[in-house]
Amino acid sequence: MTTASTLPVREIVSDRSNGSKIERYQSWGRYPKAAHRNVSKIYWRDQLEEALRKAEPESLLAYGMGRSYGDSCLNSDRDLLDCKALNRILDCDWEAGRVCVEAGITLGDLLEVIVPRGWFMPVVPGTKFVTVGGAIANDIHGKNHHRAGTFGCHVKQITLHRSDTSPVVCSPATNSDLLQATIGGLGLTGVIGSAEIQLKRIAGNAIEVETLTFRDLNQFLDLSAASDQSHEYTVAWVDCLSRGGRGIFFRGSHAEKNVSCRSTKITVPFAFPEFGLNRPAVKLFNRAYFGLKARKPGSAVIHYDPFFFPLDSILNWNLLYGRRGLVQYQCVLPAGDAGAVKTIIEAVSKSGEACFLAVLKAFGEIQSPGLLSFPRPGLTLALDLPMRGNRTLALLSRLDELVLANGGALYPAKDARMSSTMFKSGFPNWASLVPYIDPKFSSSFWRRATAE
Amino acid sequence: MKRIVILGATSTMIQPLLRRMAADGKELLLVARSQERLDAVRSDLRARGAANVLTFEADLTASPDLVYSFAEQCFCDFDTLLLSYGTMLDQALCQADVEFAARELQTNLISAVVLLTVFARHFEQRRSGVIAGITSVAGDRGRRSNYVYGAAKGGLSIFLQGLRNRMCQYGVRVLTIKPGPVVTAMTADESNMPMIADSEKVARDIYDALESSNSDVIYTPRQWRWIMAMLKLVPERLFKRLPI
Repeated sequence: MTTASTLPVREIVSDRSNGSKIERYQSWGRYPKAAHRNVSKIYWRDQLEEALRKAEPESLLAYGMGRSYGDSCLNSDRDLLDCKALNRILDCDWEAGRVCVEAGITLGDLLEVIVPRGWFMPVVPGTKFVTVGGAIANDIHGKNHHRAGTFGCHVKQITLHRSDTSPVVCSPATNSDLLQATIGGLGLTGVIGSAEIQLKRIAGNAIEVETLTFRDLNQFLDLSAASDQSHEYTVAWVDCLSRGGRGIFFRGSHAEKNVSCRSTKITVPFAFPEFGLNRPAVKLFNRAYFGLKARKPGSAVIHYDPFFFPLDSILNWNLLYGRRGLVQYQCVLPAGDAGAVKTIIEAVSKSGEACFLAVLKAFGEIQSPGLLSFPRPGLTLALDLPMRGNRTLALLSRLDELVLANGGALYPAKDARMSSTMFKSGFPNWASLVPYIDPKFSSSFWRRATAE
Repeated sequence: MKRIVILGATSTMIQPLLRRMAADGKELLLVARSQERLDAVRSDLRARGAANVLTFEADLTASPDLVYSFAEQCFCDFDTLLLSYGTMLDQALCQADVEFAARELQTNLISAVVLLTVFARHFEQRRSGVIAGITSVAGDRGRRSNYVYGAAKGGLSIFLQGLRNRMCQYGVRVLTIKPGPVVTAMTADESNMPMIADSEKVARDIYDALESSNSDVIYTPRQWRWIMAMLKLVPERLFKRLPI
């Protein structure tokens, strides 16, 4: 039933050999490594008050599933509150499609309850193993950004636990400023105890999906513009190792059908040796993948799970990237033309790095409610790269320059290394979050990205 | 198993078990000390499909008769009882202060014996059903590191064994559940325990044992049956020198 909740703690263990508890809490990219001073597990909301009272200034951060890629969910040398056991459904209205949940519940767990009742999450990311609290704190987006905006657009109310007041109820009507600061606020405004979400009505658990190929980025833009009119969900995979940027375009909508889900789960037994993910192997994979899809484009009716969460069937695929982990680079380029994306893909292609996951999507016009939300109109490109030390970091710095030159921004939830200049230029109003930060909260990301 | 009384319903170890019961549409009476926590569990189990969820706030170590009469009146004809509460105080604390040792026995053994004796009447009259109690592998052999808790859980295991042999004649099954270390609030500070199990796994085992018609004593995860059998075979002369 609740497979999602079986995952976390052990999933997070990175170094069993040194056996130390503080080493257990890492992020999904496994880079940078963090060593926490103290991790308190929270099982009940009534325990939050004491945990907040006991804490020192700038020492705390709530941790859920640790699916942020870099260090936005980490608080190295300081403390964490492990809140994933706060995963109860507190209230539900199946007529209106509203649920009120504790923020540690995962979207996967929630989907198992709501889908049979004819509802779906308004926005889902590429993995179902994220918590509702994390979805709000990073103001996540999904394949339906052009229709539904970000996750934060569908949050009706939250209860925020802070060290300097009693729990605060925030909604668009009351304490709306604190709600806006918390949406996309990277967990710095306190611990979200509970959240009320507006769900989306569906007539079945299936998605009618269509797969098309494109030869270059201009073709992608045409496909994307047309599909955003006709389909709820659109996303593309780009082959970064090809010139020109060929790729595969997926578009889908909810179907009035129910289909069964084949759930084979694979667990990666250990961190793979690093030579596995070399450039020739990835090139071969990309060519095969593209070839396979190009040979049989067309449409199918499939269960929502493989459509939205294809990688979740390999429970800890991050280990495929080896001991040093992976970095994801997700940028948004506001111009919306293919030029900037093309230069970035060319830079990656020329660099000799092995990149086999590159995801491209056009963001829509819907304004994100968060103060520091990442999505904005334009194109977003996400690259997964094996972390190979300075070589990788140097490439990403070159990409930074291209993003800066095009007035773009990087996604904090995915970031492990951007400079504070980069952060501040992508989020020029970053300082407006400061007054809302709980005096006892901080994170590795925040200290890094706002350093002078 | 349709209507289940759970004594200690806010124990973190059994939360996945309760969700499993809810998903199968069971009716539940949850008893625990904090109404606030009971409310959270109740709403969650309802949303996950439980046919009916009642709660009763009570200190199980203090008011067995109140709990029993509430269950009889408001949740009549329940067919399963699960006793799932317990504490694990630090052994060193129990050695240093007898108050703690006494409290450990009071909570884990004496109050449990009282409740089970009271509730046994219901099953005696009903002439069917299941009484299940969660003890521990720690009760199978006294170890220097944890013997006050072990004594309480061992005592409870013996009590359940005797109760089983008495209730057999009425067609009532008594199930003794012996988990190894499980990731819960109880073990939060001891994450490097050997072979610590996941509460989802434990929930599956307990659920299967409750639904089966003939299981008497289960170890969960299963390998603890053989580990404890071997551990019990080690001669005392040798065992007393083992640093466990």
